[in-house]
Amino acid sequence: MGYKPDRGARGLPGGKPKYSIFSLARNAGSYHQDWQRAWRAPEPKAEYDAVIIGGGGHGLATAYYMAAVHGMTNIAVLEKGWLGGGNTGRNTTIIRSNYLWDESAAIYEHALKLWEGLAQDLNFNIMFSQRGVLTIAHSEHELREMSRRVHAIKLNGIDSDVLGPEEIKAFVPIINIDQSIRYPVMGGFLQKRGGTARHDAVAWGYARAADDLGVDIIQNCEVTGLRRNGDSIEGVETTRGFIKTPKVGCVVAGHCSVMAAMAGIRLPIASRPLQALVSEPIKPVLDTVIMSNAVHMYISQSDKGEMVLGAGVDKYNSYAQRGSFPTPEHMIAAGVELFPILSRLRMLRHWGGIVDTCPDASPIISRTDVKGLYFNCGWGTGGFKATPGSGHVFADLIAHDRPNKIAAPYSLDRFQTGLLIDEHGAAGVAH
Amino acid sequence: MLLIKCPFCGDRDELEFSCGGEAHIARPLAENTLTDAEFADYLFLRDNPKGVFLERWIHTDGCRRWFNVARDTVSHEIIEVYPMGETPKTEAAKAAHKASWRRQTAAEAAAKPASPAGRSGS
Repeated sequence: MGYKPDRGARGLPGGKPKYSIFSLARNAGSYHQDWQRAWRAPEPKAEYDAVIIGGGGHGLATAYYMAAVHGMTNIAVLEKGWLGGGNTGRNTTIIRSNYLWDESAAIYEHALKLWEGLAQDLNFNIMFSQRGVLTIAHSEHELREMSRRVHAIKLNGIDSDVLGPEEIKAFVPIINIDQSIRYPVMGGFLQKRGGTARHDAVAWGYARAADDLGVDIIQNCEVTGLRRNGDSIEGVETTRGFIKTPKVGCVVAGHCSVMAAMAGIRLPIASRPLQALVSEPIKPVLDTVIMSNAVHMYISQSDKGEMVLGAGVDKYNSYAQRGSFPTPEHMIAAGVELFPILSRLRMLRHWGGIVDTCPDASPIISRTDVKGLYFNCGWGTGGFKATPGSGHVFADLIAHDRPNKIAAPYSLDRFQTGLLIDEHGAAGVAH
Repeated sequence: MLLIKCPFCGDRDELEFSCGGEAHIARPLAENTLTDAEFADYLFLRDNPKGVFLERWIHTDGCRRWFNVARDTVSHEIIEVYPMGETPKTEAAKAAHKASWRRQTAAEAAAKPASPAGRSGS
């Protein structure tokens, strides 16, 4: 890797006071009643230079980098609900860049490098914690596949180390490494630079910084149609009227096929529910992230003390934002076997998000046959980790109407040329 | 949790079934007549509607036979269960079958047997 991504303009030209320990102390004096709004609630203008559909992490990051890096400030982000209320607020917040192929290493490592400076860039505490991500293997085959992946990851200059069961036990004392269980821990690999971040804060931080640069963030504004003029995009129909624009970026995850249908184009996407749940809060017992591809379980402990558990995708298409019971039941069974301490925990909340799964478990960052219409979708079960990198390269694509070196392999063309980026092994959750 | 009526075994829990994704995708027989883009329609591109969706299911832990299901992807309501090789009968499912972009693709046209010398495709 060895490059430094262009992080764009720093500082807050909107005249908002910087968040700091001093502003915290100052506002404590007024019982925190006088904090300024983090972003405006503007009325949509009749026309913008570009419109981003989707006010989740990826959409807001796209808008921020379009303004900060490419100077496009006359743009809007349209969100049908509230910011970060979709998959941004529903994921299990895991961040890592340990993928198999060079194309994936490029984009996920690009994202990880941006994560490492993001709190400073945005002047927002995103609670990024590089607590490590440990992926465990339960069979000889998985162990060999894993060491192959670790070699590939290291060749791309990304940190990863293989651990044996005893080393895993020393790193994660609550894990059960008894070799007689159904899926014994036979080894694993650790990316120390991986970790977690506060997902809501990521959406809020990008929104506040983009708003400072002049981006209009419009919530409760659902897109109902995409208006085409021949082969070009003319604007978007919304619940708050028509907005004219020459460039539209769709970053709507589970609903990308619905958007594509509005423009008369097709995607290779299947929308599926992905479920997660959190327990009651307990004292700190787990200071890292554990993932298992074989049993479809990933777990971490939030700063509040809740155990955060994620399951596999449901087996059928859905837009319902809720999943079926067998999927989390399967995951909890595996979780209790690996971490017997979980067996007495009560689960507090359980939810589903609709993820846009792609045939090769890699995203689509692409122009389309409609001039001025761009899609950033297909992140499937693992989009959160890529938020800054995804927004950064997508902003570049929209601004210059050509993909950069990182985005180019993620074009829709790959489903015709056959140049797929098969990351089913590294995606963590089977599609 | 879905209660799926297997046409061969009756009402069973969704746990016993596997979903095979979009129904009515026929392999193009005259594949050499298709462009790469048209073949991609068959191979990779999928219908992914918000609403009535026609899909294939198999009773994996039962009779191990395939059948088609028309299901709403928002309410999860099962509208119709019908045999492989047939098209749906209910209005909503019939409309979904007709409205699918796949009906217009060259790949679907090429899935019908070639009909030279008086043989007619079915």
